[in-house]
Parts: sequence; structure tokens; C-alpha cells
Amino acid sequence: MSTRLVTFTLDGRLYGVDVNAVQEVLRGQPQTRIPLAPDSVSGLINLRGQVLSAIELRAQLGLPDRAEDHEHMLVVVRVGGEPIALLVDSIGAVIDVDDAQFEQPPDTLAGPSRELLIGAYKLDDRLLLALDVDRAVAA
Amino acid sequence: MDEIDEIVQEFLVESHENLDQLDRDLVALEREPDSRDLLGSIFRTIHTIKGTSGFLAFGKLEAVTHVGENLLARLRDGKMSMSPQTTDVLLAMVDTVRDLLSVIERSGTEGDLDVSSIVAQITDVLEGREPAPAPVAEAAPVAEAAPVVEQADPAVEHEDTTTRRTVADSSVRVDVELLDTLMRLVGELVLTRNQIVRQAGEAEDVEMIRSSQRLNLIATELQEGVMKTRMQPIDNLWSKFPRVVRDLGASCGKQVTLNQVGKETELDRSLLEAVKDPLTHLVRNAVDHGLESPEDRRVAGKPGEGTVTLRAYHQGGQVVVEVSDDGAGIDSDKIAAKALERGIRTQAQIAQMSPADILQLIFVPGFSTAAAVTNVSGRGVGMDVVRTNIEGIGGTIEVESVVGRGTTCRLRIPLTLAIVPALTVECAGDRYAIPQVSLLELVSLDADRASNAIEDLNGALVYRLRGALLPLVHLSDVLGVESDRSDGHVLIAVLQADGKRFGLVIDRVLSTEEIVVKPLGSQLKALGTYSGATILGDGRVALILDVQALARRVLNTDGVEQTDGDESDASAAVTEHLRMLVAGIGGERRVAIPLSSVTRLENLTESVVERIGNREVIQYRGGILPVVRLDNYLGSYSERESDELVVVVYSVGDRSAAIVVEEIVDIIDEETEFHGDVADHGVLGSTLVRDRIVEVLDVRAAILSADPSFYTASDRLDAQLQETM
Repeated sequence: MSTRLVTFTLDGRLYGVDVNAVQEVLRGQPQTRIPLAPDSVSGLINLRGQVLSAIELRAQLGLPDRAEDHEHMLVVVRVGGEPIALLVDSIGAVIDVDDAQFEQPPDTLAGPSRELLIGAYKLDDRLLLALDVDRAVAA
Repeated sequence: MDEIDEIVQEFLVESHENLDQLDRDLVALEREPDSRDLLGSIFRTIHTIKGTSGFLAFGKLEAVTHVGENLLARLRDGKMSMSPQTTDVLLAMVDTVRDLLSVIERSGTEGDLDVSSIVAQITDVLEGREPAPAPVAEAAPVAEAAPVVEQADPAVEHEDTTTRRTVADSSVRVDVELLDTLMRLVGELVLTRNQIVRQAGEAEDVEMIRSSQRLNLIATELQEGVMKTRMQPIDNLWSKFPRVVRDLGASCGKQVTLNQVGKETELDRSLLEAVKDPLTHLVRNAVDHGLESPEDRRVAGKPGEGTVTLRAYHQGGQVVVEVSDDGAGIDSDKIAAKALERGIRTQAQIAQMSPADILQLIFVPGFSTAAAVTNVSGRGVGMDVVRTNIEGIGGTIEVESVVGRGTTCRLRIPLTLAIVPALTVECAGDRYAIPQVSLLELVSLDADRASNAIEDLNGALVYRLRGALLPLVHLSDVLGVESDRSDGHVLIAVLQADGKRFGLVIDRVLSTEEIVVKPLGSQLKALGTYSGATILGDGRVALILDVQALARRVLNTDGVEQTDGDESDASAAVTEHLRMLVAGIGGERRVAIPLSSVTRLENLTESVVERIGNREVIQYRGGILPVVRLDNYLGSYSERESDELVVVVYSVGDRSAAIVVEEIVDIIDEETEFHGDVADHGVLGSTLVRDRIVEVLDVRAAILSADPSFYTASDRLDAQLQETM
């Protein structure tokens, strides 16, 4: 069984989400900040007349904040029929991976990412971390 | 030509649709002769037409459908099976029904159409006689019967086409989802319109401006048109109330008349759905708890039969729905007592509230309990739920009551959920939308005025808006952001929520526009600060402030701060009697009155003061209160010439007195040093409050001056006063 993943990077690491969950990928949009909102929700964006919450995946995964000057990208996913934008560093290719390459996260993995990662696909040159989209946007 | 009444119209529309469905079903049935579902569906359709035609006394229609129904019943129950022949007679029956309906539609009666042959044919099939000689041939003349009738009355036919479209043509049933989609698209259009109008405003191009104005008009009309398609008269909802009221009245042993005013008032269907439960609740409450028993009513001098009135009307872009009863009313004193007992408000808070404000406490969660039903003239079960529901759709609710005269609950509901007029404001560089529903007015103060006009009431900022203190809240504080306004200029949006007013201090006011409400993601709904988001003219997203939630948050924390938040209730009670009300009495003099016995502050007019002998009294909540004018009593000179009386209602036991002061200045914690050595007539001593000398009133002496027997023979005096009346 092979799975097709949309990949993106965060803090130099490669992550992937199931292509079926992804609605579209777009460049950074002007955001409206939301006072009092949890850190993981970085703002609201206007996607062709729809208002989407933008989730800062770095915050969700416990990674350091993105450098101010670094332009982010958006991966728009649909969770429970509701579109939500994920903020990522850059977009990678769409990759077909095989179930045989998959492995559960190691027991030593701790912190917030333990909950959010389904596991890793062992690519030839690096690891592709599979993100649990539902959990990543919940928080 | 008789005017066909409404019920027949509806029957015709419905039947036409049903017949179309029937045709399809019958044809489908031929392919699947054993389908119980199809047979069931056909049976139900014919059965409905039969039932209604019997009710409307269309004898022929009933006769045809009756035999048809019998045939279908046997088919459905498997006692007969479908054959081409049965299909033929059934189709012929449908044709006949259709013909009859069109005759009815034209003339209002069944005319002289002959149905006996089709009845006979069906009966033949039903009784299993040999296949009717030539069913197809026989069906044909029946089908032709219609043209015959039409020819018989060509004038009518002609007139019809010119005067009105047929019933089936003049109305269309539309899927609600399609309407919702249209509504959403119109929402988008309104947004785009806003953008273009804004851009055109900046452009020099005359043509561009002209077309944008035209677009503006068309979009507005389209928006209204689409909104209208979703509108339904509130009668759709109200029509079930006569029954509810009757049944409930009967079960509580009350006679109730239900009046409905403004049945035709229209509301968006989704809103209609949303107010259904709250309104039912209010109506039930009015009958169950609002109205007294017939005996009590007669004792009170009212007719034994109670009246519940539903009233709906449009006002300022909103729909107002009122539920009133002419029952016993709600006693605000009892509500206040209950609120105290339940710890919803403190004595000090109650003292500052007007009776009208106190009534609104019935909507506070925790107030409405089973115990409240019996103790507080029965009002209040689930009123918090009613309010939550109404506010959920951007509406408001308030209650008014006159003891002995009745109670009115007033709902204000937006016309539609999707598009609301709003004020856009700026705070800390971000833009927010405030729905106009909650906005009362805007106040702009330049730096000079702001430094004087905004006063500090024991840490809480207030502004005197036409004499009344308006608590102020900085939006930047609420949101935890840094305001970028540093020139001292203050802009206040005066907002109303839960029947309370407060001022929201914002950085800038931008404009008013119609905004399209977009729902927020689930993570943000829980914040309880924003009711949604919208897209502004430049394409950026702005948050819509949830004024109700905001008010509940800031106004409650205010209360908590006043009673020293962290301390327990017990210690709050201890500090209570140490707190003093500071009032001005003219001539720059200020007196302090212990707050613990102050039950209320009232603004009355001079004209309510009456005289008994040489004493001044006022009637207040069914009692007679002696009046003490502090300026006279303490020998100060009041410059105040208005006929407004600022009254401190002071209570000991069940007796009250009205202390008239010039103005209410502050409420302080009496922790400063008390100087007893400068006592004067009527004054216990003095104290310093913020560097000003405040005289501590000897309340006992003051009241005794107005009513020597206040503390002693209270009952006797009361009786005596009553007699003098």
C-alpha cells in the first residue's frame, strides 16, 4: 500500500500530510491577529471570501519561532469539512511513500510532537514525519 | 368568478406537485410492479388528495380518489398485482384528478365534469371483472373531457391568462439549500460591492464612480430580494400558540385570551426557527407564572380572564417581538432579595441598580432555579437559556414589569443572520467590527475635555454621559494589546448589553458598513470575545466583537473588583458596612452615609414629592417614605435648580426613608481616620476622602428630623399615613 503525501518543511525537518486532506497550498497571506487567542492560532486569513484560522505549526510542534524575515507558506487542509490553514516554512514535493517504509515514532520522542506525529517514513536520504492533521489543528 | 380562498389555493399547489410525482411513480411502477415503496408513496398521495377534497367538499374529486385509493390499497397489500390495465386506469384517474383540479382552479367549483365513467372503470378493475372492453379507448374520452370543459367556458380561460398565472405557475418551491447558497453568494457580492465602492471613491474616473453607484444600488436591491425569499411571516410560528395557551390555561385553571398583533411581520426562516423555542418558553411562562388565578385577578379588580399579547413589528432594522401578560408583574425587590441570597449581586451592587436593571437579573444564569418559581412570583425558569438562545442569533432580550399590571418580555432580533450593519473601529492598529444592534452612540472627547470628563470612581473609570455615570472599559485592556493612541483624545462607543450600558474606549472610528458575518473556527469560538469575523473593503479580515460576552466579562469583573475579588464572601460582608456612600449636598459640602442601609439610589422628579401636614413624603413602591432634604437639614445652600431629585433610599427593617442629596459622588471604603471632635448638628464627625473633608452623617438624627417615630412605632405610623391618604 502506498500513500501520497504533501510535504513541507519546518525548522529544517520534512513533514508530510495525506494529500486527500489538503485543499490547496498558497503563499503567505496578510493575517489578522486575534488577541487572546492561543499561541498556536496565529491569525485569520481571507481565502477568496472565506475566513480561515491559521495554525502556527511551529508552535504546535514546540519548535522555535520562525525568523521574522522568513516568508511562510500556507497548507490549507480540511478537517471535519472546515478549511484551516497551516503555517509552514516551505513547500516540498508530493511524494508517494510505501507502507513498508513506515515506522512508529521512537519511544524516546517526547514533548508536544509525540501527540501530533503518526510516525516516520524512512526515505533514502532523510526521514519524512507524518503529521496527524486532526490533532495538529485541535489543540 | 369567485375568489378562491387561500386554503383551496394551497391545496391546488400541493396537489399539482403531488400529481407530477404521481405520474413519475406510476411509470416507475410499471417497471417495478412489486415495489412496495412506490405503491406506498402513490397511495399516500391519493389519500391526501382524497382527505383534503372531502374536507373542502369537492365531491367528485373525492369519489374518484376514493375508488383509486381502494385499488391502490389492494395493490399495496399484495391482494392484486399490477398489470398494464391497472396502470392505465390509474393514469386515467390521475388525468381526471388533474382535470378536476384545473376546473376548480378556474371556477372554484368542480363544474360539470363527468367522473362516473372513470369511477366505473376503476371499480371494474377492483372487482376483478374481465378486463374492461377497451381500457385505453375508454381512458381516452376521459382524458378528452378536459378540453371539452375548457371549450365550454372559453371566456374564463382567456380571462385567466390575462389576469393571473395559474396557481402552479405562480409559485415555485425552492430547496432551502439553494436559497442558502444564494444568500451566501449575495453576501460575497455585498463584500465585493463594498470593495469596489471604496476603490471608486478614491478614483477620479466619473464613469467608474457612476457604475459603482449603479452596482451599489443593484447589489442592495438584490440583497433585499434574496433576503425576502427567505422571509416568512411570524404567524407560521405563532399559529400554534393559541393551542398551547389554551391547553396550558386549562391545565393551570386559568382563563386566557391570546392576542396576536403583527402576525404578518416577516423574519428570516432560520431566525424563525431559532426563536421558536425561546418564544414558546416565554409564552408558557406568561400563562403559567405571569397570570394569576381567576380568583386572585378578581380580588385585584381585574377581569377573571387574563390576556397574553404577542406583538411583532419592525423597528430600526430589527424585528421586535413582545410577549406581554396582564398578570401580577414581577416585584423587583423580591428579585433583588433573591439575587442577594444567591450571591449573584452584592448589596452594594443592588443599591446602585435601578428597579429596571434589577428585573434583568432574572436572565442571569444561576438565578433561574426551581426555588425561584415559587418565591419570586414564579418567573424565571430557564430564562438564562432563553437569553443565551436569543443572543446566539445576535438578538437581545429585556423584561419590563409593573407590579399588579403585568410583565412584558421584549426580544429584538436581527432581520437576518448573514448580513449585519456594523461600526468598524480600530484598536492597537487592528480593526474590529461592532454590530450596530449594540451601539447606542459615539462620544468623542479631545485631550482637554477627556482629562476632566473622565473620572476615577475608586479605580473604575467613568464618564458622565448626560449626568449618568457610564463605566468605561478600554478595548485594548480587554484584548490585552497596546493601544497606539497617545494624544489623549478619547473615543467612546456607548454600548448596550443585557440592559446595561457601558463605554468601550477605542482608538479610532473608521466607518459604518454592512458586514457579512463569517463563522470562526472552533478554536476561536471558545474565546467568547468574538462573535465572528468579516472581510472588509480592502480584503483584510476583521474580528466582530461579541458585545454581550464582552459586557458580561468586563461588567462582572468590575463587580468582583469592587468587593475585593480574592477575599471570601464573609470578609466582603464585613467590609460592606464600612463602606460609605459619598454625596454632595451643595455648597461644596460632602457627606458620607453608611452604605449598608442604603437600599437604592433613585433619580426622581420634584413632582413626586407630596405633603402630609407639614411633612414631605414620596410614594415609593407601594409605601410612603418620609423625605429628608440634606441641604435644608444641614443648612447648606444648594445651587441646583433642576427638578430632578437624587434620592438615597435608606432602609431600617421594613421602614425606608428618602434622603435627598444633590449628587452622588463616590462609594468609598471607610478606612481613613475618623475625626469625631468637629461634630456639628446632624453630623457624627468628619473624615478625609482624597484630600477632601467629608462629613459623616448622623443618619438616625437626620431621619428623625423628618419622621420622629421612624425607629419606634413604625407600624402605627404607617397605618396613620395610610389613613391620611
